[in-house]
Amino acid sequence: MSVRATITSLFEQVAREQQRKLSPLSDDLKLLASGLDSLSFALIVARLEDKLGYDPFDTAESFPVTFGDFVRLYESHSR
Amino acid sequence: MWLWGSLTASGTPPSGCLYGAGARIELATLAGASSLGARLEALRGRTVLVAARDQLSAALALIELDGVVRRMVLCPPDLSAEHAPAVMRDSGADAYLTDAGADAGATAVRGLEGLHVSSAAALRPLGLARRRSHDTEWILLTSGTSGAPKLVQHTLASLTSAFSAQEAPPGPLVWGTFYDIRRYGGLQIFLRALYHGSLVLSSAAESTADFLARAAAAGVTHISGTPSHWRRALMSGATARISPRYVRLSGEIADQAILDSLRHAFPQATVAHAFASTEAGVGFEVRDGLAGFPAGLVGAPGAAVDIDVAGGTLRLRSAGNATGYLGAHAPALKDSDGFIDTGDRVELRDGRYVFIGRSGGVINVGGLKVYPEEVEAIINAHPGVRISLVKARRSPITGAVVTAEVVLIEGAATGAQAEELVKGEILQACRRALAAHKVPMSIRIVPALEVSGSGKLVRPDA
Repeated sequence: MSVRATITSLFEQVAREQQRKLSPLSDDLKLLASGLDSLSFALIVARLEDKLGYDPFDTAESFPVTFGDFVRLYESHSR
Repeated sequence: MWLWGSLTASGTPPSGCLYGAGARIELATLAGASSLGARLEALRGRTVLVAARDQLSAALALIELDGVVRRMVLCPPDLSAEHAPAVMRDSGADAYLTDAGADAGATAVRGLEGLHVSSAAALRPLGLARRRSHDTEWILLTSGTSGAPKLVQHTLASLTSAFSAQEAPPGPLVWGTFYDIRRYGGLQIFLRALYHGSLVLSSAAESTADFLARAAAAGVTHISGTPSHWRRALMSGATARISPRYVRLSGEIADQAILDSLRHAFPQATVAHAFASTEAGVGFEVRDGLAGFPAGLVGAPGAAVDIDVAGGTLRLRSAGNATGYLGAHAPALKDSDGFIDTGDRVELRDGRYVFIGRSGGVINVGGLKVYPEEVEAIINAHPGVRISLVKARRSPITGAVVTAEVVLIEGAATGAQAEELVKGEILQACRRALAAHKVPMSIRIVPALEVSGSGKLVRPDA
């Protein structure tokens, strides 16, 4: 599964678990307008670390603002 | 000492303003107007739960009740109906204030006389001039091992000891706080703002970007939140809207990454991280941009706050310490030397103490404490579970998240599929019984857990 597909499915999975309505995941969607709260993002980042084996926030210079930023943060780290 | 008296001690009314999400209040109007009107007198000498949902309503109540009531209990917005009876009993409450409709909150305060605190838009004439009759106790709630809150007793003097002696800073200050003012960190900012300027209050119903826009419109100069609040603010992409002179973090460990991110986002500002706890009060503030604190603060002679490290945990003794816990079986707060053990574990590295977690495995998820025992009690109630260990996992978003390791009773689940089923049942039970931040993000089935010589689970530092 691609990094993007992994991220997308985790967003959907955590939204279901946390009973939050997830906005359609487009690259320009602001993360804070996605319907998820900080705890949801914490769960997504932890599960991504389990699946992908890295946490790009360790070395990130700035926080991702949009869903596209978030995906790029993980994609650029995987290369 | 009482709050309104201090604010008007110079003979002139306070010049600041409280900005809520829907309304603003000039503090000076409180000289002749009230959110309680004539009923303020009916509360004199009583013990009152301040259970307003809206922060501005709660702020007005705190200003108006100090010096009037015997004791006021600052109920945070997430106080559950399950724990409210214990809070009422342990505080001896005989009245409550709410800004909710007639039914809302009725279960939480059954048996008490309820008064409705007006929203800021509907202040009433004060009636009699404000006067002090009581040294009001301020009761703050903090989470306890079983999940029920502990009641921590403060006075206006203990709550203001970290700053009241300081001279008023030059120019008008406009404070903003992400942190709710019913919690210790937010209350510190509320009181500072009353004494030295204005305050922009956050609202649970408002986005981070909208709050920052309101703070910008009010001309915010000083702004405070937990590292998790700040990470969320950075994720909002809206931090450029404000240009504060002072950015403060407290309530969680401030790691170097978040300090560097804020330095980058606010190059013109002093980025300070403060250590404070509900019980021990404000310990110190670090302004050098580095995580942890200089070892020289420990045992410094003549300091307003005595700082000590013993057994690897930070201990504080100062006029900012709480007086004690309320309740029949309340534990002792201070040791024989008058120090309060904060439970925060520190380690000396290159002349600085850095925070490495909490003793007893207490987990801090975005500024909210989680006691592992509370979660383990739910997990252990599953018929297939022999024992469990709940611990922290580091998170770049909320500081930590909760995970669990579980030992199953022999034969309770054989095969991967059966194990997944049990994990699912455990998670469901946790979701039913616990707040979302306490539910483990993952459950690992392990063959055994380490037990110490004294028969207790070996807990890692959270």
